[in-house]
Amino acid sequence: MSNKEWPLYEVFIRSKSGLSHRHCGSIHAADDQMALDAARDTYTRRQEGVSIWVVRSSEIVASDPAETAAFFEPAEDKIYRHPTFYEIPDGVENL
Amino acid sequence: MNKDQVLLNYVLRLGDNALILGQRMVELVAGYPELEEELANANFALDYMGQARMFYTYAGELEGKGRSEDDFAFLRDENEFHNFLLIEQPNGHFGDSIAKLVLFDSFYLLLLEALTRCSDNRIAEIAARAEKEIRYHLRHNAQWLVRLGDGTEESKSRVQESIDSLWQYTGELFAADEIDQVFAESCDGPDLEAMQGQWHINVKAILDAATLTMPEDGWMASGGKQGRHSEHLGFMIAEMQYLQRTHEGANW
Repeated sequence: MSNKEWPLYEVFIRSKSGLSHRHCGSIHAADDQMALDAARDTYTRRQEGVSIWVVRSSEIVASDPAETAAFFEPAEDKIYRHPTFYEIPDGVENL
Repeated sequence: MNKDQVLLNYVLRLGDNALILGQRMVELVAGYPELEEELANANFALDYMGQARMFYTYAGELEGKGRSEDDFAFLRDENEFHNFLLIEQPNGHFGDSIAKLVLFDSFYLLLLEALTRCSDNRIAEIAARAEKEIRYHLRHNAQWLVRLGDGTEESKSRVQESIDSLWQYTGELFAADEIDQVFAESCDGPDLEAMQGQWHINVKAILDAATLTMPEDGWMASGGKQGRHSEHLGFMIAEMQYLQRTHEGANW
């Protein structure tokens, strides 16, 4: 028997129709189908979801924590990017 | 046996099958090599336990002598359990368990589908709920059978052995006795003979996908439905009932 660990999968659950899938944890599985089953058995036992996505953790491209400064900090002082400088015309009820 | 007695016995059999298989799976809890499969097995065991409770509660009402679900589960003797021989067989190795579950669930799913159309509303309701659970069990366990059968040389030969050795217990699933016949007539119950053909087709499809060979129908064991069991059931019931037999009425 092989002692190799099964690959890691990330699990995303949509809790109800209309909402988006949210990351809720990870599981180990030997293949995609098993991953879907394992996600169902592990994360939807208490009616947490109506839809599941699983994706191999190794397939996720993530930002590098070491580059946080270059990646995110430049946005800090760009307040003009927030749509807070517009005056809302009278009569507009939903915006 | 009159119609009422037949109905009671039929419901008890359904409860016995769910309980005994559930208890077999409970024996595996905390024994799985992977956490995810561990959870799946425990979930499945609980599904069977839930079904047993619903069937036993209904049986208690039909009988009308005040017996509860616990009385049926914990205070009856081995020969009063009328479950199939197939499901009382020991768990063996992982392939044995998977093979047993695929063979049984393939039958149980067809049975539940048929029972949703029977004229006894209560059975039909329980069956409708259980059917969804078992449909998933079968999907999950059939995948495992395919992985094992179409896996390594060792996994293939071992799981083929599992199928071969369990095959002798599959005849009983479709051997209708008086209770089945009367229930079929009085409550629009399932036609086991017709069901057997469909079961063969469904099981063959799974075995084909798993690159396993379907055994020939040979000599078939029987008796479980009538309370004549293999030597394995007694040990299991002794363990299951120990607490209630020693401390009657204990609860928490």
